[in-house]
Amino acid sequence: MAEREGPVDAPVDVRETAPREYQAEPRDGDGAVGGKVPLTLRIRRYNPEVRADPWWDEFTVEMEPSDRVLDALHEVKWRHDGTLALRRSCAHGICGSDAMVINGVNRLACKILVKDVAPKVTVEPIRGLQPLKDLIVDMEPFFEGYKKMLPYLINDEMPPSRERPQSPEERERFDDTTKCILCAACTTSCPIFWGDEGYVGPAAIVNAHRFIFDSRDRGARERLQILEDKTGVFRCRTTFNCTEACPRGIKVTQAIQEVKRAIMFDGK
Amino acid sequence: MTTTHVYDAVIVGAGGAGLRAALETSGEVSTAVISKLYPTRSHTGTAQGGMCAALGNVEEDSWEWHTFDTVKGGDYLVDQPAAEIMCREAVDRVIELEHWGFPFNRTPEGKIDQRRFGGHTRNHGEAPVRRACFAADRTGHMILQTLYQRCIKQDVRFFNEFYVLDLLLVEGRTAGVVAYELATGELHVFHAKTVLFATGGYGKIFKITSNAHTLTGDGLSVCYRRGIPLEDMEFFQFHPTGIYKMGILISEAVRGEGGILLNGDGERFMERYAPTIKDLAPRDMISRAIYQEIREGRGVDGKDYVYLDVRHLDHDVIETKIPDVTEFARIYLGVEPTREPVPIQPTAHYGMGGIPTDTDGRVVTGEGEEPVPGLYAAGECACVSVHGANRLGTNSLLDIVVFGRRGGADMVRYARENDLPDLPRGAEAEAEAQLRQLLDSTGSDSVADIRDELQEELFDLAGVVRSEEGLRKMQGMLGGLRERYGRSVVQDKGRVYNTDLMEAWEVGCLLDCAETLVAAALARDESRGGHYREDHPLRDDDHWLRHSLASRQPDGSVRLEYKPVKLGSYVPMERKY
Repeated sequence: MAEREGPVDAPVDVRETAPREYQAEPRDGDGAVGGKVPLTLRIRRYNPEVRADPWWDEFTVEMEPSDRVLDALHEVKWRHDGTLALRRSCAHGICGSDAMVINGVNRLACKILVKDVAPKVTVEPIRGLQPLKDLIVDMEPFFEGYKKMLPYLINDEMPPSRERPQSPEERERFDDTTKCILCAACTTSCPIFWGDEGYVGPAAIVNAHRFIFDSRDRGARERLQILEDKTGVFRCRTTFNCTEACPRGIKVTQAIQEVKRAIMFDGK
Repeated sequence: MTTTHVYDAVIVGAGGAGLRAALETSGEVSTAVISKLYPTRSHTGTAQGGMCAALGNVEEDSWEWHTFDTVKGGDYLVDQPAAEIMCREAVDRVIELEHWGFPFNRTPEGKIDQRRFGGHTRNHGEAPVRRACFAADRTGHMILQTLYQRCIKQDVRFFNEFYVLDLLLVEGRTAGVVAYELATGELHVFHAKTVLFATGGYGKIFKITSNAHTLTGDGLSVCYRRGIPLEDMEFFQFHPTGIYKMGILISEAVRGEGGILLNGDGERFMERYAPTIKDLAPRDMISRAIYQEIREGRGVDGKDYVYLDVRHLDHDVIETKIPDVTEFARIYLGVEPTREPVPIQPTAHYGMGGIPTDTDGRVVTGEGEEPVPGLYAAGECACVSVHGANRLGTNSLLDIVVFGRRGGADMVRYARENDLPDLPRGAEAEAEAQLRQLLDSTGSDSVADIRDELQEELFDLAGVVRSEEGLRKMQGMLGGLRERYGRSVVQDKGRVYNTDLMEAWEVGCLLDCAETLVAAALARDESRGGHYREDHPLRDDDHWLRHSLASRQPDGSVRLEYKPVKLGSYVPMERKY
């Protein structure tokens, strides 16, 4: 029967729906599940309309080894439990909607393949942001931190009629941090962010870096002042969780170190 | 409970077109941007290769050549005055983005770098030209980021994760929209002088697509149900290089940088189909060529895919100019592109058709192009028409910034010149009733099954190659799917993030889009651009140099009418490359 260990203190499910364990049926009549493999998803659920505490559900579905964990979550939602809530859009790692904790680490569900986690995978919402329903968390504090960094080009000089010149080397200087998709995988993997409500977190600093090191920008001093604050960059304890979590391969910790250095030595 | 908001300008959708429009209206008139996603999740962000503008930074170029390529690429169904505006203004829009901080790749002299792209040529087809401005292979990501950043700077008001269900019209005038707040399940009425739809595409009607799960034609459907016709819905672009079985896009930039296509025999087959520009022919032609190769048994191992090969390129080019797509091949296919060719197949990519507009983004209806006062559309959900029967690569990014800006500018003018119309009585009643119907349905048909069948059948019967027989069959199936949709069930009855309900609504939108596409495709018994009828393989300018307009009849069926193409300097010629 269903393994049901709510967050431990609340083992009773008050809902009247059927027990939450399902076995997928092979879909084609010829019995050819093909190269499909079973995958058991253990999902941390939460629905404030149903009960106050989170709980765990398990579902077993048949998937192609090359399918994404996102496809498996869809299989659950579309064939077994329509109430499962998650965010997703592009499904190939660009839109940044589906960051979640997959087997204990922050990943995009659309960039992890079934073959790399089968036969069993645990899926939880990202940590440090308020869960709203199942895998959906409140992203507002995350975006507020981002906005604090003045994440736009600051330059009041009259621009030339054509493009502002920038050498390939100057452009390269901030290339890595332009890749950020604001998925929050880094920020919500950071133990300082979990513990300290004021800390802006790695993603915000990455986006500050993107402008501080852009030769066309004139707002570095302003941003560095904000980052010097007690909620800023010096909260970072260099645990490298963020770098490990980034689905875009951004060297997050290095970017943070570069910002720290810019503050200490008053410049880039 | 319903909350009412009042704005001069309401923009629905926060991709490139919506954000660019908002930058024009906010600060001038009160503005709200409503999006079912967080803005940075919009599909503009996945565009890869570039944005064309005749800057002439690396070789001679002119916006007039760009206009010609756009018209020819669109198989002469393009409205030429609109294309001219787009290609002329492209230069300003690129420079503007640069001034807003867009991190373009640079030439050694520090100018915006440019590269080749499909269908873009020098001097009316002589040879490929370097016209696409880019940021590695994440040009769309950088456009979306840059515009969103600028919106933060301008303090634009966003309503994120609000899903627009209905358009309010009073005596033919725009009065606002009704939206569903995903977090709470509450309805909101946005009472507004002007509304601009910028909701993107509807590629999710097809099984294999490069489109996001959220691209379900919502804006088109909302307008269609309120009597606005949809233009040129039969023209859908299949991008030749989607990752096999998954549809994830491999940018044309890969071929712009020198990648080539190989069939199962290892032959560079595009040399036969487009001797001059080969692998850089427009997308519709290459997708059909791939289809033909596969049909004649020259797919890889006799299967339904061919190869995209970059093994001969410098590793440096692969890692720095097309790093993302290289990573896609590694992650999703387990293929190492520097050593192995990448399996690809055509993937449903872009709807050329949409909500008909003029060149100021104003929605216009009927053959006489009567404007609907206060109503605007821009981006993929709109049809200006600058893409005609087949869009050229990079022109979508151009379209969104050029016509997003023009639409926004005209909204400001209109909002200043006009009063706020009264709201219709019970403004939200209809949307509420439709939601209720979905929630209270006692049926048992699965929304996911209906969607799966729609996507599979449409991909086979109304995809790269079509026929009267197949389209008729599809039309019959659509009737059945529509009936089942009426009996479909939503499992989640809650109010908080009821994405089950939203997906059910989205499937209704997909059905609207599919019905108009099939009806228009069946009527058009010629082949042109993205619409290829194997039973009528030739273009027929005598009968079909005109745009279709599909309207919803009271009984739900589709009525078709037509309006002429606006020609210009370029007389339709046979399309060869």
